[in-house]
Amino acid sequence: MNNVFVYIEIEEQEIADVSLELLTKGRELANTLGVKLEAVVIGKGVKGLNAELAKYGADTVWVADDEIFAPFRTLPHTAVMVGLIEQEKPQIVLFGATPVGRDFAPRVSSSLHSGLTADCTELVIGEHKDPKTGKEYDSLLYQIRPAFGGNIIATIVNPECRPQMATVREGVMRKEALSTPAAGEVREIDWKPMVKDTDLAVRIVERHIEERKINIKGASVIVAGGYGVGSKEGFKLVHELAEVLGGEVGASRAAVDAGFTEHERQIGQTGVTVRPKLYIACGISGQIQHTAGMDGSAMIVSINTDPAAPINKIADYAITGSVEEVIPKMIKYYKQNSK
Amino acid sequence: MEKVTKIVVMAKQVPDTRNVGKDAMTPEGTVNRAALAAIFNPEDLNALEMALQMKDRIGNATVHILTMGPQRAADVIREAMFRGADGGYLLSGKEFAGSDTLATSYALSCALRKINPDIIVAGRQAIDGDTAQVGPQVAEKLGMPQVTYAEELVAIDDKEITIKRRLERGSEVVVSPLPAVITVNSSAKECRPRNAKRVMKFKYALATSELSTADSEKQSFIEARPYLHIVEFAAADVNPDYEQLGLSGSPTKVKKIENVVFQAKEAKSLTSEDKDIEELMKELIASHTLG
Repeated sequence: MNNVFVYIEIEEQEIADVSLELLTKGRELANTLGVKLEAVVIGKGVKGLNAELAKYGADTVWVADDEIFAPFRTLPHTAVMVGLIEQEKPQIVLFGATPVGRDFAPRVSSSLHSGLTADCTELVIGEHKDPKTGKEYDSLLYQIRPAFGGNIIATIVNPECRPQMATVREGVMRKEALSTPAAGEVREIDWKPMVKDTDLAVRIVERHIEERKINIKGASVIVAGGYGVGSKEGFKLVHELAEVLGGEVGASRAAVDAGFTEHERQIGQTGVTVRPKLYIACGISGQIQHTAGMDGSAMIVSINTDPAAPINKIADYAITGSVEEVIPKMIKYYKQNSK
Repeated sequence: MEKVTKIVVMAKQVPDTRNVGKDAMTPEGTVNRAALAAIFNPEDLNALEMALQMKDRIGNATVHILTMGPQRAADVIREAMFRGADGGYLLSGKEFAGSDTLATSYALSCALRKINPDIIVAGRQAIDGDTAQVGPQVAEKLGMPQVTYAEELVAIDDKEITIKRRLERGSEVVVSPLPAVITVNSSAKECRPRNAKRVMKFKYALATSELSTADSEKQSFIEARPYLHIVEFAAADVNPDYEQLGLSGSPTKVKKIENVVFQAKEAKSLTSEDKDIEELMKELIASHTLG
């Protein structure tokens, strides 16, 4: 009772990365609180996943396995999640801030009348004193997130209602397998009384899954272009450098909005969060919207004609110059010195 | 008489957080929120377009805006009327202040019970909070199915709606019974522009509280033209449980707000000259950052 729950998202029979990241964070929270970590898997053909989930810290793996649960539909998943939460009364429930988590977690919160904080970038256990009533709480979940277009960072707490629920974007937390797996004890959810016929009223009539072509999240080197790259043509140089360095191409929202490159490459608050070993920002001014998604990079190099560009404040190396001039030189000297 | 299909678009007036110009920055490098322009939440415009498409297909339908906010939020209703909406409802009152997403969705659901629409449409999320919660939370409170991340209206009749929606990687087409809540993605069709004739027709539209402070000539002008009257609901008009409104109805509390300040760190400045770039590439290789 009063444990930490993580909803496990299944993509094409595989566990989504964000769910493993949440288990890693959930394990840490459960250890701090001295409670168990429990994973919830709702899908079809999902019974064999417990070993993998145990590796990432799940003490218990709750399973509802039936064809009505795949592909994902809002109402059956909501019904099972609400039913299980009412039965088990966890104190914390975490969801991925994916289109699935963002679709049904709000519904779960609305049904339980409990708070949900979207897109948290940090989760910590801490104390709280209510400024009005003076009531003290020793171990609340601090749900920390950017708000207001990333211009402020808010710490949200949920003092009275349980569970405390939060969503987290993919790539924001680290995933880390334990050296000794947790128990991963499988328990079947008695879901049939939870799901009503009307929960099955929405039908999926067609479905297209695109291959994941671009993998900027896993890249250890990212060369990212901004509005300052100037054109689609200019982005070719960015691609060339990425290829030579064995990296991927990223972009700022401004560059994507201008049509210089694909939306899948967008890094930042409304795009992907990355933390590569090396991030080369080409013609990116460094709006908070963008830096929120890359300021965890181990090393940042910026190329900008404006020496006062905000990106230079978080850069390790700030090159004042144009992308057209600097990139060919980087390619030349990398090739000369790398062998 | 054939039934008129009632479509309601939930829209929000938001500060334009996407364009934080120099004049909106304080000398300390934080944002002066009051200096941001108030705009029609961008994805709510995509939602309005989809609602207008529904009306175009059904024929015998109306599109109304529902917005919660201060008196000036009536601007989004007028803007929507210029673009094709038939009218709107402004939900306004101090009882709603301090609402989190759950209290907001409760208040909106009370108003929607009163309006009793057949279809509810909203933007996926608002740019001031980016939570994407209010649409699904309203759907749950009203016991309606939902379709989120909607990208295209495929078909609609009086019983069902068919929507193409975006997935993390790909898309799917779903059929939902009506009534339902549809939340619309920015990748959906852009909203049609203002129509000059509609601007002429609706520019004097006023919400009840705006009307009460207008001069008597304007008052009698609008009273003679009911289509210029934007319905205004106070809390009492929507029969709420007051405990569930505003701060007391909000399970989440803001513990702390920190303004983001760009922290200057020691960046090593380089020129674009060959020796600087060569030195940098050598360093990156030597430190195993590259290779």
